[in-house]
Amino acid sequence: MIQTERLTKRFNGFTAVDGVNLTVRPGRILALLGPNGAGKTTTVRMLAAILMPTEGRAVVAGYDTRQDPIAVRQRVGLLTEQPGLYLRMYGGEYLEFFGRLYGLDLETCQRRAREWLDRFAMPEAWGRRIGEYSKGMRQKLALVRALLHDPPVLLLDEPTSAMDPHSAKLVRDAILSLRDERRTILVCTHNLMEAEVVADEIAIIRKGQIVALGTPAELKQQLLGPPLMELRLATSTDGARPVVARWAPVVEEGPNWIRYRADAPEKVNPAIVRALAEANIPVVMLSEVPRSLEAVYLRVVES
Amino acid sequence: MSEVGRPYEFRRSLWIRQIWHLLWRELRDYLRDWRILFPIFALTLLFPFVMRFITGYLESSFYERWGAEGVTTRLLPLMLLLVGFVPVSISLVIALETFVGEKERMSLEPLLATPLSNLQLYMGKMMAALLLPLMAATVGIAFYMTILPIQARPNASTLLQIMLLTFGKALVMVSGAVIVSSQTTSVRAANLLASFILVPMALLVQQESFILLEGGNRLLWYILLFLLVANVMLVRMGIRLFNREELLGREIDELNLRNIWRMFRKYFVWERWFFGQPPERLPRSLRWVSTWTGLYLREIPRILGRSRLALALVLVSLLGAIWVGGALAIRFRLPSEYIPLNQVTEETFRQASAALPWLPALTVWGILGNNLRSLTLAAILGTCSFGALAAILLMIPIAIIAYLTFQVAWAGYDPLVFLLTFIFPHGVLELPAAIFATALAVRLGATFIAPPRGMNVGEGWMQALTDFVKGFLGVAVPLLALAAAVEVFLTPALVLAVYGK
Repeated sequence: MIQTERLTKRFNGFTAVDGVNLTVRPGRILALLGPNGAGKTTTVRMLAAILMPTEGRAVVAGYDTRQDPIAVRQRVGLLTEQPGLYLRMYGGEYLEFFGRLYGLDLETCQRRAREWLDRFAMPEAWGRRIGEYSKGMRQKLALVRALLHDPPVLLLDEPTSAMDPHSAKLVRDAILSLRDERRTILVCTHNLMEAEVVADEIAIIRKGQIVALGTPAELKQQLLGPPLMELRLATSTDGARPVVARWAPVVEEGPNWIRYRADAPEKVNPAIVRALAEANIPVVMLSEVPRSLEAVYLRVVES
Repeated sequence: MSEVGRPYEFRRSLWIRQIWHLLWRELRDYLRDWRILFPIFALTLLFPFVMRFITGYLESSFYERWGAEGVTTRLLPLMLLLVGFVPVSISLVIALETFVGEKERMSLEPLLATPLSNLQLYMGKMMAALLLPLMAATVGIAFYMTILPIQARPNASTLLQIMLLTFGKALVMVSGAVIVSSQTTSVRAANLLASFILVPMALLVQQESFILLEGGNRLLWYILLFLLVANVMLVRMGIRLFNREELLGREIDELNLRNIWRMFRKYFVWERWFFGQPPERLPRSLRWVSTWTGLYLREIPRILGRSRLALALVLVSLLGAIWVGGALAIRFRLPSEYIPLNQVTEETFRQASAALPWLPALTVWGILGNNLRSLTLAAILGTCSFGALAAILLMIPIAIIAYLTFQVAWAGYDPLVFLLTFIFPHGVLELPAAIFATALAVRLGATFIAPPRGMNVGEGWMQALTDFVKGFLGVAVPLLALAAAVEVFLTPALVLAVYGK
């Protein structure tokens, strides 16, 4: 569980995070989006009890970050923006070191580390010097480091940056597989497709403030208006337009297609299809016009 | 908000193990870096050979040319000092790199995200930086001893002193360097600041050499004590200064004058106050009064409150000064004819001033200027010495007064009358002003070791500085000016009236 209340951080008069209120329940994944310098990393650092809030508070995994920072850090897995590895160390040695710092015994540490390395398709990384790894391997090793102590809260800052598409998919799948009833995950990313795929909820942060929060569908509804439906016909639209217009406002029209906005598609769409059938107008296809999260994001950050 | 869990359970064994894991990782990393290993190896095993060759050469050349047979025996401990110190200087490089190097390589944040406390991180890193050079120094000294002829080896006491001095210097250098490393944002900046550590230590080695040549082994124990105290101060300072916020929050070492000025103003400005009345309700022409009542009735008491520990420390050190004055008086008792109080005339006053040119001229400006210079110096020295030298500076005149009072008593005069005539008239103003200003100067240095709660060192020091400025200008200067006037116009008249012929 992550819960923040007016979480604020100032550095020498500069407000990096300004009164952030967030709640992420166990079993949920929240994607924190925002332009560079919006306050994502500072928020994550406060949630990881590395930085203390100037005002407000955060409770992570049941512990207040200000009052019990060590308990919070014990229960948080943090993937930092930069992998931050010790390049002279061997992969296995590195994971053992961090596992031991988190209080794991050597056997558990080695077993979990090997399992994760296998899962990320890099079992050979155990015996190789980190300095010899590719960028993607380094990122995956850092992710294993964050997962090693099986934390109930995962804070992942740009988890798939610098990864090739295959590795990125492996990591995304891993994140989805990590979602269970007791684990809370927060992902900071610039990859909007990734956010849409993995996140239950999206929060957009701008100039240190949360400016939009909700499920992807809610945000689209809220910021882009009701869903846009496209009706394709086997004939021209001449007879169909007045039928559709009875149920929903028509937005655009082509030779054999009509687009309309539907506040409640589950009610409007069957009614339109039924009406068209009664009027003997053959329907080829009815579908929602895809609206990307990118449109939502740009609408928010440019406003 | 959700339920907050139980506090983190502290387990001593895990606490120690975590430090050990950190220490061991660091050591392993150093042992894989040939840039660290090679100099340590060279300085540990080759340097003693070089030193042995130099002493052999000096021995033969001096003996052949001057017949100076004992030179080598005298030089050997100096060579041991160098054999120990040179590998230890490597510790500076390692310690300087310890935090800021990790920050530059961006490997620090994952470490800061672990459940290690600030103290564990500090201790693990510091011990790792210390261990290898100390081992190298020990091996170097041992190796040097084995290649020396038995009759040329220094005795056990000197050897122990040299070992302890080497360890003491290593500790001071490492604890100083760890502070530098945790407060800078680049290895380059840390290296630039390293000279502030290395130069005093190199000078100390020189001084130790002179002392060893002179055979002043007792003085070396005092140096060791000094190193120990300095080390305790630096470690405490390091632990207080080391925090995750500073390490991650600061990105550039910038001298931002605007920010400094803004912070100075923030702490310098005090609230206007006029006996509970809003200053705006005062007649416009009288509002300035609320600035002064605010300063003297609200702000100065607050400054006194913030300075209570420093004030207590200054008062204790003044008691110490009286004790020192008394002890010196017992040891160096003056013959009574050296204290001719019953022969004081205006002429003797003038003669005394001429005979003691280091005393300030007996004018208001002369005395005031001298006192202001002393207290300004106290502030500067206090800042550079964690406050210690500021207190010592005030102890000196008090010890002198105590010394003279004892002498006066032994010469057959009433010490109370002496104090009431020579000291009290101006001292009643001067001493409180000096104690207050010295306490503020002590805070300027002590802030580095113990910044006030909720403040970082920069904020704490700025508050101490603004408190010093307000206390100095608002309290000390007016009191000292009055005291100087009393000392010039009243004290001599009183002395002449009581003792004069």
